[in-house]
Amino acid sequence: MSEFLDILALSVKSLVSQSAVFFALMGVGLNLHFGYTGLLNFGQIAFALLGGYGVAISVAMWGLPLLVGVLIGVVAAFVLALLLGLPTLRLRADYLAIVTIAAAEIMRLVFRSTPATPITGATRGLSGFGRDFYAVAPFETQRTYDFLGSTWTGREIWAVLVGWILVTLFSLLIWQLMRSPWGRVLKAIREDEDAVRSLGKNVYSYKMQSLVLGGVIASFGGMILVLATGSANPDQFQNANTFLAYAALILGGTARVLGPVVGSMILWFIIAFTDAGLAALIRNGIIPSEILSGPDVANIRFVLVGVGLMMLLIFRPQGIFGDRREIVLDAH
Amino acid sequence: MPTNSMPTDTASVLRHLPWNIGVRKPDPTIVVDDLVRSFGGLTAVAVEHLEFQRGAITGLIGPNGAGKTTLFNLLTGFDQPNTGQWSFDGRSLGRLKPHQVARLGVVRTFQLTKALSRLTVLENMKLGAQDQKGEKFLAALLPGWRAQEREIEARAMDLLTRFKLDAKAQDFAGTLSGGQRKLLEMARALMCEPKVVMLDEPMAGVNPALTQSLLEHVKNLREEGMTVIFVEHDMDVVRDISDWVVVMAAGRVIAEGPPESISQNKDVVDAYLGAHHDAPLTAEEEELVLAEAEVAIAAEKAEDADLPTETTRGL
Repeated sequence: MSEFLDILALSVKSLVSQSAVFFALMGVGLNLHFGYTGLLNFGQIAFALLGGYGVAISVAMWGLPLLVGVLIGVVAAFVLALLLGLPTLRLRADYLAIVTIAAAEIMRLVFRSTPATPITGATRGLSGFGRDFYAVAPFETQRTYDFLGSTWTGREIWAVLVGWILVTLFSLLIWQLMRSPWGRVLKAIREDEDAVRSLGKNVYSYKMQSLVLGGVIASFGGMILVLATGSANPDQFQNANTFLAYAALILGGTARVLGPVVGSMILWFIIAFTDAGLAALIRNGIIPSEILSGPDVANIRFVLVGVGLMMLLIFRPQGIFGDRREIVLDAH
Repeated sequence: MPTNSMPTDTASVLRHLPWNIGVRKPDPTIVVDDLVRSFGGLTAVAVEHLEFQRGAITGLIGPNGAGKTTLFNLLTGFDQPNTGQWSFDGRSLGRLKPHQVARLGVVRTFQLTKALSRLTVLENMKLGAQDQKGEKFLAALLPGWRAQEREIEARAMDLLTRFKLDAKAQDFAGTLSGGQRKLLEMARALMCEPKVVMLDEPMAGVNPALTQSLLEHVKNLREEGMTVIFVEHDMDVVRDISDWVVVMAAGRVIAEGPPESISQNKDVVDAYLGAHHDAPLTAEEEELVLAEAEVAIAAEKAEDADLPTETTRGL
C-alpha cells in the first residue's frame, strides 16, 4: 500500500513537473498553430531548441545577462517562424508540415555537429547558465522541500513555478485572443482559407502571425527546459517531442485554451504512473521477469501511452475538453 | 439617384443597347479588356472586351467548361491571367490579391459553398464585416473593439433575420442544409457592404422552395443599388432576374444582350446543343466545312460510280 502511495506521489509530482511545463508550452503554441489556425507544424521542437539555446549560448558562451538571453531566444524563434512561413504559407498546408519537420531535424543536427562546438558545445551541450535565474528565486534554492507528498529541490520548485506562471500567462493571452475578432479570423482560416480571402482578410498575414506567436511560446518552453535541467543538449530537442506535444494537445482537446495544458499534465501523469507502476509490479514478481524486465519499462510505457491515445481517439476523439459536435462536423 | 427607380432605369437603359458582343454600357462598373488565361494548351478564358453595367443584374451563362468560374476567379484575384487587364470603377484590378479586391467592394461567393463549418452562423456573419479594429493583433488584446463588435453583431442579426436564419444564429454553420448555406454565404457577403456581388451558381443544389426566396434576395441587392453578376445554369432563373445576359463558350463571349435575345441567338443554341463544335462557327469556317462536305459527297458519288465497274471487272 505504501508502495502504491509512493508511486502515486511520484506521478502527482510529474503532473506539475518540468516535463509537463515544457510540453504544456509547446502544446499551447501548437494549439494556436494546429487547433485554431489549421497549420500543420511538425517541427515545434525547433522553436524550443532556439529558445533553450538562445539562453544557454547568450549566458554561458557570450556572458550576457539572462534577460538578454531570453530576448535573443525569442527573436531567434521569431526569425525562424518568418523563414519557415515565407515560402510555405502561400502554399497548401502540407508544405509547411514538410518544411517544419525538415527544419527541426536540420537544426538539431547542426547544433550537435562538431564544427558548431565553439558556440553550442556540440553533443556535450552547454551548462552553467542558470545562476542568474536561481539567484532571483524568492526562497532558498539549495535545500529540499516536501511538497505534494514528494521531495523537491528548491531549484526544481523555482523552475516549475516560473514555468507554470508562463503557462498561465500564455493561456490567458490565447484565451483573450480567441474571443476577439482576431481569433475569429484564425478559426475561419482553419475552416476555409478562400472563404476568408473573399471576405477581405489577408490570410497570409494571419497565418504568419499565428506561426510566429506559437513559435515564440514554444521557445519559452525550451528556456524553461534548459534552465530546469541545468544544461542545453541537442538530444533534449529530438523531434519526437513535437509529436508527444501533439499527443498532449489531442488528449486535452484541440482548439480549447486548457486542452494542451491539462493534456500535458495528464500525459506525464500517465507516463510516470505506468513507469513506476510497471517497475513495482516487476520488483514484486507480479509480472514475471521473463515477460518484462526493468530496462524494458522505459519503452513499454510509451507503448501503453500509445494504446491509451488510440483508445481515446476511438471513444473520445474530441479529447477531454473538446466538443463532440465539432468532430462530427469535421468528418463531413 | 433614387434607389427605388434604379431597376427599371437600368433595365430600360440596357434594353436600348445593340445586342453586340463587347457593347459599351452607359455606366460600366467592371470593364474587362483582352483577358486571356490558359492552362497549358487549354485557353480557359479569352475575353476581348466586356462591360458590366452598374446597378444591374448580369447573368453569366454557358455550357460546362465555358470559363465562367475562371472568369470569376480572375475578376476577384483568385487567379491571375496570362495577359489582359480589367478595372473596377476605373481602378485597375490587375495583380491584386483576393482580399484586396474584396476590400474595394467586389465580393464573391463560391460554386461549392464555403460555410465555415465549425464557426457559428453568427460568427460566420461577423467575419464578413470590414475594418474591424479587433482583427489587429495588438488591438485584439485591449477591450477597444467591443463597441464595434456590438454594432457588427446587430447588423449581422438584421441580415440573418432578412434571410430567415436568425433562429440558427448560435448553431454551427456545418449543421445547415445546402440551401441554408447558400443563404448564409450570400448574407455573409453582404456583411462586407459590397458594391459588386458576384454569385457563382447561387441556386445550385437549392431546393425549389428556397430558390424563390434566394431569387428575391438577389433582386433586393439590385434594389439596394448593388451590382450583381451571377453564374447560373437554370435558364428560367436567368430569364426571371437578369437585366442583361452574357453567354460564354470555350472561354469566349459568344453573345450578350437582354435575356429574351439569348434564346433566339444561333451561336448560343449551337454552343448549348453542340452542333459538332464547342466554339461558334465563323463565316469562313462555315464555308470551309461546307466545301469539305461537298468534296466528300462528290468523292463518295465517284466511288459509288466506280464500284459497279470494279465488280463487273472482277466477274
